[in-house]
Amino acid sequence: MSTATREATGPAGQPTRPSGKGGWGLSGSSPLALAAKVVLLGMVAAITVWMAMPLIATQSWVLLALLLLSALAIFVVYLQPRYIPPKYLVPGVIFLLLFQVFPVLFTVSTAFTNFGDGHRGSKEEAITAIESSSVKRVKDSATYSLSIATKGDPATGDLVFLLTDPKSKEALIGDATGIKPLEGAEVSSLGRVTAAEGYTILNAGQASTRSKDISNLSVPTDTGAIRAQGISRAYEGVKARAYDKACDCIKDTTTGATWKADGDRGSFVNDKGEALSQGWRVNVGAGNFTRVFQDKTLQTHFLSMLAWNFFFALAVVFGTFAVGLAIALALHHPRLKGLKIYRILIVLPYAMPAFAMMLVWRDMFNQDFGLINQLTGASTNWFGNPWLAKLAVIIIQFWLGYPYMFLVTTGALQSIPTDLTEAAGVDGASKFFSFRTITLPLLFVATAPLLISSFAFNFNNFNAIGFTTEGGPFPPESPQVGGTDLLISYTYRLAFGAGGAQYGFAAAMSLLIFLIVAIISIISFRRTAALEEIN
Amino acid sequence: MKSTRLFAGLAAASLLALPACSGGSGSGSSSSTGSATDSASGASSSATSAAAGGGTLTIWADDKRAAALKPFAEQFGKDNGVTVKVQAVSKDLQAAFVTASQAGNAPDVVVGAHDWIGNMVQNGAVDPVQLADEAAFDPQAVKAVTYDGQVYGVPYAVENLALIRNTKLAPNAPKSMEDLVKTGKELKTSGKAKEIMALQAGQNGDVYHLQPLVNSAGGSLFGMTSDGMPDAKQVKVNSPETVAALKKIAALGEKGSGALKRSITAENAISTFTSGKAAYLVSGPWAITDVKKANMSYDVSAIPAFEGGKPATPFIGTQAFYVASKGKNKSLAQEFTTNFVATPELHVALYKAEPRRPALVEAADQVKGSDADIEKFKAAGEGGLPLPAIPQMSAIWEPMGKAEAAIIGGADVQKSLDAAAAAVKKSIG
Repeated sequence: MSTATREATGPAGQPTRPSGKGGWGLSGSSPLALAAKVVLLGMVAAITVWMAMPLIATQSWVLLALLLLSALAIFVVYLQPRYIPPKYLVPGVIFLLLFQVFPVLFTVSTAFTNFGDGHRGSKEEAITAIESSSVKRVKDSATYSLSIATKGDPATGDLVFLLTDPKSKEALIGDATGIKPLEGAEVSSLGRVTAAEGYTILNAGQASTRSKDISNLSVPTDTGAIRAQGISRAYEGVKARAYDKACDCIKDTTTGATWKADGDRGSFVNDKGEALSQGWRVNVGAGNFTRVFQDKTLQTHFLSMLAWNFFFALAVVFGTFAVGLAIALALHHPRLKGLKIYRILIVLPYAMPAFAMMLVWRDMFNQDFGLINQLTGASTNWFGNPWLAKLAVIIIQFWLGYPYMFLVTTGALQSIPTDLTEAAGVDGASKFFSFRTITLPLLFVATAPLLISSFAFNFNNFNAIGFTTEGGPFPPESPQVGGTDLLISYTYRLAFGAGGAQYGFAAAMSLLIFLIVAIISIISFRRTAALEEIN
Repeated sequence: MKSTRLFAGLAAASLLALPACSGGSGSGSSSSTGSATDSASGASSSATSAAAGGGTLTIWADDKRAAALKPFAEQFGKDNGVTVKVQAVSKDLQAAFVTASQAGNAPDVVVGAHDWIGNMVQNGAVDPVQLADEAAFDPQAVKAVTYDGQVYGVPYAVENLALIRNTKLAPNAPKSMEDLVKTGKELKTSGKAKEIMALQAGQNGDVYHLQPLVNSAGGSLFGMTSDGMPDAKQVKVNSPETVAALKKIAALGEKGSGALKRSITAENAISTFTSGKAAYLVSGPWAITDVKKANMSYDVSAIPAFEGGKPATPFIGTQAFYVASKGKNKSLAQEFTTNFVATPELHVALYKAEPRRPALVEAADQVKGSDADIEKFKAAGEGGLPLPAIPQMSAIWEPMGKAEAAIIGGADVQKSLDAAAAAVKKSIG
């Protein structure tokens, strides 16, 4: 990128026009810049190749085309001297697309599907899973010793199973057409065919590279089919369930039961409405959103949960801000000794891993073994009472959060010119008055965006609940919503608790929560703009 | 002129790309697991040449198991001329496996608990296996890995809860739960102990650890299908028997004798016992390592039943090897799990990594001479049901746990269980 500026101003310092139509620009740069350019573009090419390989393997042609187009665009932009602005914009745009736009699009698209446990893959994958898990061993059938052999090349030739019946020790040969006796075979003392005329027996290493072919080979018999179990044993099994294209259903050959494909649910369902557990991913439209709005528990508890959620986020933001500011003011004295030590001590909680500290705090609040009750001699059941539990999680967040606010306000205080307050003092204003009318408003201007982002973070602070109370205590008459449940911790349980992982539903709910946070943030930022007019 | 410069640039770029992409494709497989640590067997020895011709077998296991498996996996690789990679996935192995399986990066073999089977099957992540000799395994273990009439894993360890007691404080095994509470209370009043019993009831409940008591008092969570498998359609969370059973448990709770407390959690139950604050601990073989470290005299016995009640049978858990449906080397994976894993040597090695009872009868017989606890835990699990593997069970654990926690705290039994049953039925649908 440094080359761009060099190209813009010529060697003699006079501005040269970008050479317009001509000049694929590797010239006109210093050797170092050229080397940097080659290395960086080389890395782009390398990453493109690395990313392309799985895409080719999974035959995702659209994504592959996108990848190649963007790689091409990068090369064109940086090898052509004329595109100056894109040279600066492209890296940022790529990262924006990769880390912001793509995940958001993915979440939105997931929100309209039933993607989750039991509905992860395609219909074909579900059918394969149903069929292969229905292969049952034929009752009282023999287990054969198996050798895998071929007439041709071990790496590519058509495979046959060389089998020995465990009882008769008779050697057999099986292929896709059926099973027949094998002449001229050598059978080892363990009962395995070790050599057969005209056939090459694959060793384990060779066999392991043919794994797919071995799994796909089934030797038909009167009662089922002989399949390999590993590379040294084979058994006779029968596929109980099979997909029937004519009726788009799964049929059980032993019981006669059928499950019809239901494209809306992404499941095979029988006439009683029972579904096979292996389903596939389908579009469910707004189904996930209506499910959120029709959720009875959410309907009755939504307002109280939202109120607590707001209270929690506001209390944590303004509480930590107040504590942080108070300490910052106390330490904002030019003649204070040992300032650095104080600051280090205060910032310490911020430097420790938050999740570990939350676990420590959770144990400190334990009724019988916790430090807090032991020190105070009380037997308060902190996490057993909804109000105490709320207090406890807020205390924990105070402790974790105030050093951050201390750092922020210290920085902001230092940037406020002292002559303003001094002038106010000369005019006879009290210290508190000048703090309230001069320092605080200026402080808010500097910290308001941080307070808003801190609010958005705490509004969705899953860890604060997940690592401490897990949403509890839960009232016995309605165990779904706990006393400290935030919207995010409740919806997490809804999406990943009882019904396994339901990514589609979770995505829908996170979009709704995002809407709430976005609206609040927009309003707050508008108000901040008003604040700035003080300047 | 223009085009030659472009080509020069592209050529330079592609030259750089070559080494980068060959390195990239190699690390790509393991980067998908995040925490996976590669340990390719014999990568530097003669196995490399064999590996060129043979395939690769990738095994995912948790940290402890991965370390114990490594030498055996290397042996298997050498014997068969293939490369075996054992990768340790330290967190959320099941979720990582199911996700990787969907993304096409599945390992060939995964090692984990049997109650994963239901979820792995509904996501089409594992295949049934044919055990070479079913009779060689503990029947409870085989039952545990059987799902929907099919065997899905090769079990290697069996575990269940038992009563571990501090023989210095309580020399005799309690005859009944009432007996245990009486002794515990005496120890508490004499100041020798602070708690009657360490059973991790937890703030939000722990169904697994409480179930033996619920069973003994005649309660049950779900009905059974005709073939003896748990049936999610028959929710018995608030059946009259279960309500009666939970009333008995409420009598042991915080408003009762105080033997069960919400403040005793998964984090502090074992340490409460090992520090001598409680004479009794309800836990599994995994606690034994800590108990031994505490250098205390202990004994293992069955969890005592209520007087006149049914036996306090715990759930049986099994650890097993599974063949991934979407693994790249299924034949080798089947060979490894059904033929190689089912050897006593490997079972004993895994037992040494963590003292759970080996699932192969022969291996269990080998270790029980040096470890008396093995037989005692087995006796304590007599008659226990396997921990249900059907995915719908996850709908029961949470509401039931919360109801049990509330009841231990003194809440109304009927109300709590009705609410739990309503929540269960809602999420099962």
